[in-house]
Amino acid sequence: MALQSLDIVRRSATTTPSPQQRQTMEVAKLIDVTKCIGCKACQAACQEWNDLREEVGVNEGSYQNPHDLTANSWTLMRFAETEENGTIEWLIRKDGCMHCADPGCLKACPAPGAIIQYSNGIVDFHEENCIGCGYCIAGCPFDIPRLSNKDSKVYKCTLCSDRVSVGLEPACIKACPTQALVFGSKEDMIEHANDRIADLKERGFGNAGLYDPAGVGGTHVMYVLHHADQPGLYSDLPKDPAISPTVGLWKGIFKPLATAALAFTALAGFFHYVTVGPNETEEDEEEEKA
Amino acid sequence: MSTHHNPPPLVRYSPAERFNHWVTALTFLLLSFSGLALFHPSMFWFTQFFGGPTWTRILHPYIGVVMFVSFSGLALKFWHHNLLTRNDIVWLRRIADVVRNREDRLPEVDRYNAGQKLLFWTMIATIPALLLTGVVIWRPWFAPYFSIDVVRLALLLHAVCAFVMIAGIIVHIYAAVWVKGTIGAMVRGTVSRAWARKHHPGWYRRVIGGK
Repeated sequence: MALQSLDIVRRSATTTPSPQQRQTMEVAKLIDVTKCIGCKACQAACQEWNDLREEVGVNEGSYQNPHDLTANSWTLMRFAETEENGTIEWLIRKDGCMHCADPGCLKACPAPGAIIQYSNGIVDFHEENCIGCGYCIAGCPFDIPRLSNKDSKVYKCTLCSDRVSVGLEPACIKACPTQALVFGSKEDMIEHANDRIADLKERGFGNAGLYDPAGVGGTHVMYVLHHADQPGLYSDLPKDPAISPTVGLWKGIFKPLATAALAFTALAGFFHYVTVGPNETEEDEEEEKA
Repeated sequence: MSTHHNPPPLVRYSPAERFNHWVTALTFLLLSFSGLALFHPSMFWFTQFFGGPTWTRILHPYIGVVMFVSFSGLALKFWHHNLLTRNDIVWLRRIADVVRNREDRLPEVDRYNAGQKLLFWTMIATIPALLLTGVVIWRPWFAPYFSIDVVRLALLLHAVCAFVMIAGIIVHIYAAVWVKGTIGAMVRGTVSRAWARKHHPGWYRRVIGGK
């Protein structure tokens, strides 16, 4: 976004505070999987608002189309069938960026300002600063960012940061015909979810619950699930997502420590030279022995 | 006497060996600067040496392949001079004398001292590891063929190996500046007889004896 932002809480590869004087309300999208009918209006609205078009694909025996998220498809209805709970269930989950409070993509990104986290919770890619290294793909616990083969930049759901910044709801929310998708303050969305969960429990879904995983600090896209104890049933939604320890080590302690150690090594050489001094060969020795 | 002229210097590296060394050295410098730029934001400005951040990302892996091939030449040429001996262990134990310029207290050194040998084996370990991990994380070409956990591990190992290698090369460069008469060996190919006698007496005797 080229709009001036005064509400940036985190900016990739940046060690000083970004403009954050303006505090905005923390927002969230709530996806009520139990109300979703799999119509894909959200998918279509996303492409329409963002002026993207997916290539026409092929049917592989499922309604899922395209088969995976792409640089053009930032949201995707994933269709899963299961008999785990004694009856056949068709579990449809709208997949896309979860807008983590602790975003692994942002932690891994080496390009200053390519990934931005706003105080409202939206994690946005600024593709003009993206260098195409794909570190964000390794950082993400949800397998969301997609590297475009057109321009080698990564793309993902922006939670319609352009719409939200002017007081509109995301395009997918606007298009949903069953109100399976709702948008508002995170607080309100949790409250709404709790009502829905209470209702589901009354209807026999004893394990209904909210998916707002603590391992990534909570998310700004949350799910109401009928089987919150088995998120894996919903096309492999991770049970306890967190930034991989490998990425945590690499971008956490190792990055500053290794940088300091290299600077120290170079300085140690300099101070050795000005204290002990160089090791010189006296060419006179040559004549003595010759 | 002013008319006295020194005996001719000793040849330490052939033109081909020097060429091979400097291709490796120049590619190493390019790789270090481009790699460090993407490692810590304090060094991101190094990307300006490469035509900007995206060019840095594009060029780095190709330069890496050149360095690997070039280093392979050095490895094949010099490995047999770098086998550790009993004297090397003594030399390493007396590292305090080494850094204080007290060669007289050190065991006899042949073509390479124990420090040079350890650097050689450090490079033997890290450069192939950097190539392998580098291929795994190379986008857009190869990374999609590996599972995400393999890519994550490769990213960490690539950074760790690069750190070890760069730290090693800082010592290598400093040693060449510190021990006077050394840089000429790799620039012009020759060293003085006094230098050879002082730092590599075993090698000196073999070279003189062979003549």
